[in-house]
Amino acid sequence: MELAYLALVGAMLTIATPLVLAALGELICERAGLLNLGIEGTMYAGAFGGFLVAIESGSAWTGLVAALGIGLLAGLFVGMLAIGLGVNQHVAGIGTTLLLIACCDFINRLKYGAGSVPKVEKFQQLFADIPLASQYLLTYLTFLVIAPVVFVVLRSTGFGLRLRAVGENPEAADAAGVSVAATRYAAMAVGGMLMAAGGAFLTLAILGSFTLNITNGRGWVCIALVIFARWRVVAAVLGGLLFAFVDALQLQLVITPEFSGVPREVMIALPYVVVIGALALSGRNLTYPGAYLQPYRRS
Amino acid sequence: MRTFVPQLVQRGREPRWLAPLLVVVAVALVYVATAAPIRAAGANPAAAYERYVFTPLTSTSSLTEVLLAATPILFTGLAVAVAFRSGYYNIGAEGQFLAGAVGASFAGLYLPDLPGPLAVPVALLLGAAAGVAWALLPALLRVNFRIDEVVTTLLLNPVALLGVQGLLNGPWRNTGSGFPVTDDFGAGYEMPPAAPGARVHLGLVIAVVIAVVIWVVLARTATGLRVRAVGLSPAAAGFSGVGVNRVLFGSALVSGGIAGLGGASQVLGVGQQLTNEVSGGYGYTGIVVATLGALSAVGVVLVALLLGDITVGAQNASLVLQLPPQMGDIIAASLLLAVVSVLVLRRYKFRLRPGRFTGEQAS
Repeated sequence: MELAYLALVGAMLTIATPLVLAALGELICERAGLLNLGIEGTMYAGAFGGFLVAIESGSAWTGLVAALGIGLLAGLFVGMLAIGLGVNQHVAGIGTTLLLIACCDFINRLKYGAGSVPKVEKFQQLFADIPLASQYLLTYLTFLVIAPVVFVVLRSTGFGLRLRAVGENPEAADAAGVSVAATRYAAMAVGGMLMAAGGAFLTLAILGSFTLNITNGRGWVCIALVIFARWRVVAAVLGGLLFAFVDALQLQLVITPEFSGVPREVMIALPYVVVIGALALSGRNLTYPGAYLQPYRRS
Repeated sequence: MRTFVPQLVQRGREPRWLAPLLVVVAVALVYVATAAPIRAAGANPAAAYERYVFTPLTSTSSLTEVLLAATPILFTGLAVAVAFRSGYYNIGAEGQFLAGAVGASFAGLYLPDLPGPLAVPVALLLGAAAGVAWALLPALLRVNFRIDEVVTTLLLNPVALLGVQGLLNGPWRNTGSGFPVTDDFGAGYEMPPAAPGARVHLGLVIAVVIAVVIWVVLARTATGLRVRAVGLSPAAAGFSGVGVNRVLFGSALVSGGIAGLGGASQVLGVGQQLTNEVSGGYGYTGIVVATLGALSAVGVVLVALLLGDITVGAQNASLVLQLPPQMGDIIAASLLLAVVSVLVLRRYKFRLRPGRFTGEQAS
């Protein structure tokens, strides 16, 4: 029985990894004042691009690096639309998501036809024999390095202060000599890389292959997590763990005889419903970042 | 040293020819940007675009296919436009469309013996009601607790798809073949064709009527004025006595209803059974249609026809030129981004100012 609990927590950490990565990426963008709805497409492109490069090069690590590059470009692309041109952020983000997903599906169809997609040599778990500790290196990195670094950088460094400043009050930041555009581009670049890394984790670690619609709304879940967390790093990590826990739980329940009567799809939908419920319960009287959705132009 | 610094200066008034010219620029940009992938797929871009845009318009039968392809995205485009117009960002037309398809299927499966004149209206009403129901929760959360509707409407999309899959793998699985599609609906549930013998069905007519109603309401009634006022400036509208939350709530539900009606029309008009592929992203394409159509009823109709044209062209090109049909989606998405990007520029004019580049750009 104890083993089952350990397996549940272990699965939770694995499932939470891509969510926490992408949610941290979104959090960085939003703290700088930009809602990046390109997240779903960026995760998708990271998942597909990372997988494709891993197949071609034979190395999952090369795939991950490629995914980071794709994420960087995707972030800068949405940035160019939303920061440089001042396009409505909802439209810029959704448009980018649609474009990236269509491009990936197009290349996928060209490359593999309508048939099956090959398997890639995926990442191996560390400490394979120890129940809870057998996780991917990326999971360790996410929780022990990336999340703490994002926390410290946002809270205690000059860059973090500038980033929050351009998200709260760009006029004041500008007057103080901070380049609003450069800071926001930097946030989009880093955010995009984290989102794509989350996507690549799905193909290169969890699945070892690519399927259509692989992200299945996880990007939207991450946006909900960021709001649920009220733009705080620790809360976003906890929110990711909560979603992942419900997801891991439903994966266990599906194979439990007592729940065999419940349709699988209801189980899969459960974490989404939990997130909406969590938002409904906690989302009152939110204070959005001051310059949320506002393009900045000197006047 | 004298140099010239390029800068963007805000315009006072834009000339009338500017916006159409910029749209042409955007179309050219899309053509250039998509030429490389089309070549990579082994086709000639010019020939491909001829297939995408012109070939579908050359015969009556393919023209009716264009109208058929435009029908669902006309519904979702109108749904999104109604919501966006009031400043309610309903990104959940996909889920509401699916809910509408389920609602109509409910009638088709459980009331199979309804006669024709009754069956279709009942199914359409159930579909619209299901769309409204699916839009209800995000709307309630928005007006009561100020919870961002973007997130909640988006999150309900995968839930709706899972709902459809759950029904098709469970209680609604085909009793004959065992495939995850419903049984055929009762005989009365076939949408009457819009013209004798054509595959285009009554759904198109309904969508066009809705477009006209939306145009009249927005342009000619007090309700329309309130919706536009809230969309332009909720604070100012609220100050002048408009019930902002009521307007948002109303347009959210109307939007859901139109999307749901679209789902019902699709499932009744094509195949008379519910499948996993009933939507395939029509709700998201609706955002493209609404935005490119400048959130106006007339614009939405035109853009829906254009994208319907490209969809039929893309299916055709995938058969003839072996170009994956996803190219149609790539064109739609890049057209959206190109048009909104260049249209922002119309507020500025470009000029070279003499002076030394200091990094400071007064604008």
